[in-house]
Amino acid sequence: MCVAVPGKVLSINGTKAIVDFCGNKIEAEAGLVQIKIGDSVLVHAGCIIQVLSDFDRDMLLDILTEMENA
Amino acid sequence: MLNFNEITAYLKDYDEEPISLMEVCGTHTAAIAKCGLRSMLSDKIKLVSGPGCPVCVTVSAYIDKLCALSLMAGNTVVTFGDMMRVHGSQSSLNEAKSSGASVQMVYSPFDILKLAADNPNITYIFAAIGFETTTPIYALLLEQAIAKSINNIKLLTSLKTMPAALSWICSQNSKIDGFIAPGHVSVMTGSEIYHAIAEKYNLPFAIAGFDGEQILAAIYTLIKQKKSNKVVNLYRSAVNENANLQASALIKKYFVEDTASWRGIGNIAASGLYLKEQYNAFDAGSFGLDNDNNLTPQCRCGEILIGNLSPNDCPLFGKACMPQNPKGACMVSEEGACFTKFSYERN
Repeated sequence: MCVAVPGKVLSINGTKAIVDFCGNKIEAEAGLVQIKIGDSVLVHAGCIIQVLSDFDRDMLLDILTEMENA
Repeated sequence: MLNFNEITAYLKDYDEEPISLMEVCGTHTAAIAKCGLRSMLSDKIKLVSGPGCPVCVTVSAYIDKLCALSLMAGNTVVTFGDMMRVHGSQSSLNEAKSSGASVQMVYSPFDILKLAADNPNITYIFAAIGFETTTPIYALLLEQAIAKSINNIKLLTSLKTMPAALSWICSQNSKIDGFIAPGHVSVMTGSEIYHAIAEKYNLPFAIAGFDGEQILAAIYTLIKQKKSNKVVNLYRSAVNENANLQASALIKKYFVEDTASWRGIGNIAASGLYLKEQYNAFDAGSFGLDNDNNLTPQCRCGEILIGNLSPNDCPLFGKACMPQNPKGACMVSEEGACFTKFSYERN
């Protein structure tokens, strides 16, 4: 039930935002995090719960490698 | 640098001491099954599901109360879809609806605001279940309802918190060697909430996202960190060390901690959140719902939820209990251990 879906903020109106999920444009509440247009966000139960930061596969492997060598 | 070929080969060829890891979150349970990750692991790596599916840990008294409220004139019970099929001691919301009850399914709690504003003579009761991920959303809903003077909204809460449940599992001499921590709970709480448990029980935690690589990385991490108290955050695109302060403030404003009843487990002190007394007008009667009358005595949901048994160990699994006709809550939710096992991993 704690599933959350990533999307991109297209517009903001007060505490609401229009978020694009692969072409589906859905209104989401934005009262829990500070957002700006263009942000990649996680949406859970109709509410934006996080602004996603860049963290790619290589960064994940870096953590594991660092752990391996510690 | 390590690569994923080396990691998957390590996990497949692992031939050391058997290790048992618990994925706490139901969304991880579903992802592990859908990605077929168990087939990529050595037989000596066991993944067990934990009590992190809110539907699965909801006691029958709560369902009974929802059904009763839905049958009262002037009420409409509003809920996420999974809750429609969970049985209480008498019936499910689906069955109540077929008997004339007013029940409506939504995707977001905020949908209730428009419903309530458009229909002021109806009291809308939201089945507010969930963990730390969802609780601040209910608080935000109340914040908006109060700001808009919408008074025909109530919550029937069954809100639970993860640290108390994890501590309880660790205190039961469980054979868990490490935890894949719930990713979206961690988005709200930060990774900091696991440190005290990790240190107390000397068990590692790996916070992971929900794609296959993230989960495999978490399993690899927990094996490498076995018998340590490390908390490793692998879901850094979404999880920070500290909690979301806005969410924490909202929870603190509207909710108070108290004992909660968990299906198949019983009462765990300080593991629940309830509306504060000053917001009683928004509460549909959430205190004291701790009876858990299991309709089917052979059902093993309680032991499955804490990782002591796997779905295959239940005599009802795949026979009397199937997704079309679930006997236990773990077969109801699409994130339940039994539902995912039946749907994706049945050999």
